[in-house]
Amino acid sequence: MRAGITIFPGINRERDMAIAFRKVTGKPPRMLWHQETDLSGLDLIVIPGGFSFGDYLRAGAMAAHSPIMGAIRRHAERGGYVLGACNGFQILTEAGLLPGALLRNASLRFLSMDCHLRVERTDTAFTGHYQRGQVFRAPLAHGDGNYFADEATLDRLEGEGLVAFRYATGDGRLAPEANLNGSARAIAGIFSGNLRILGLMPHAEDRVDPLAGGTDGLPLFEGLAAALAA
Amino acid sequence: MTPRVRRPCSDGPAPTGVAAMKAIVRVMPKPGVLDPEGKAIARALGHLGFEGIGEVRAGKLIEVELATADAKAAREAAAAMAEALLANTVIESFSVEIA
Repeated sequence: MRAGITIFPGINRERDMAIAFRKVTGKPPRMLWHQETDLSGLDLIVIPGGFSFGDYLRAGAMAAHSPIMGAIRRHAERGGYVLGACNGFQILTEAGLLPGALLRNASLRFLSMDCHLRVERTDTAFTGHYQRGQVFRAPLAHGDGNYFADEATLDRLEGEGLVAFRYATGDGRLAPEANLNGSARAIAGIFSGNLRILGLMPHAEDRVDPLAGGTDGLPLFEGLAAALAA
Repeated sequence: MTPRVRRPCSDGPAPTGVAAMKAIVRVMPKPGVLDPEGKAIARALGHLGFEGIGEVRAGKLIEVELATADAKAAREAAAAMAEALLANTVIESFSVEIA
């Protein structure tokens, strides 16, 4: 798997992502400055978390129109894989590559804490190393993670099985107290229609080493490495 | 010694009376979209003792100067900017005023 990690000014999780990918592939991913437009040879483009362009206007709005996003759009149209985490998810919705939007957390508070995620589907390149219904822990670190889409879009996402992860309790139940940011239908991550783009709010990349609190996030990266092995 | 004459550093003639218009783009959360910021403002106003506070909605106002004298063109340009960037029409609506 050849992965490239995009860097916008204000992004701060690119090294965490690089560590996670190096751990499962044994080689460093390519780092891509936001003004680059040549993504040839890459299977997977990763948009990491942070605060691109200071969250000016709306989180992800500026990055969504930067030069590399045109190249990522063409990569996606060719059937390429894209992973966006946290600010990366916000950027993908602002760019229209995933539906919906991420609103201010319902509590109005910035959330910096662990959450439990329930895996909704495992027949994808991203989730193949999890079990269906499995619950894993991952850190949240965002102010705007409250997933919103109109009812028709939410029904379509559920009907087509495009919900990747939901916020749940430790034993896998959906409950208001587990839905920390108030997301519609407790959605924490969604796939594109072709299952090759994943956006999620929590930071699985920060749970790939026992020294950093556990390896709950590792199956995401191991699954990708196995599915995209070339 | 002749003093050097400083010339203005410019790519062309100075603008001569090209009227500038200002587009005022008002961006608001759509009805039905949760506006926790508006709710927090309403609560804070209540705490300050203001009475009779109904729903409060918080949005943005963006002013864009445009080098045109044509109000219709300015309005169309500002609307295109709002569609492309200034508003996220999944969650926000916008209106344009030309001043």
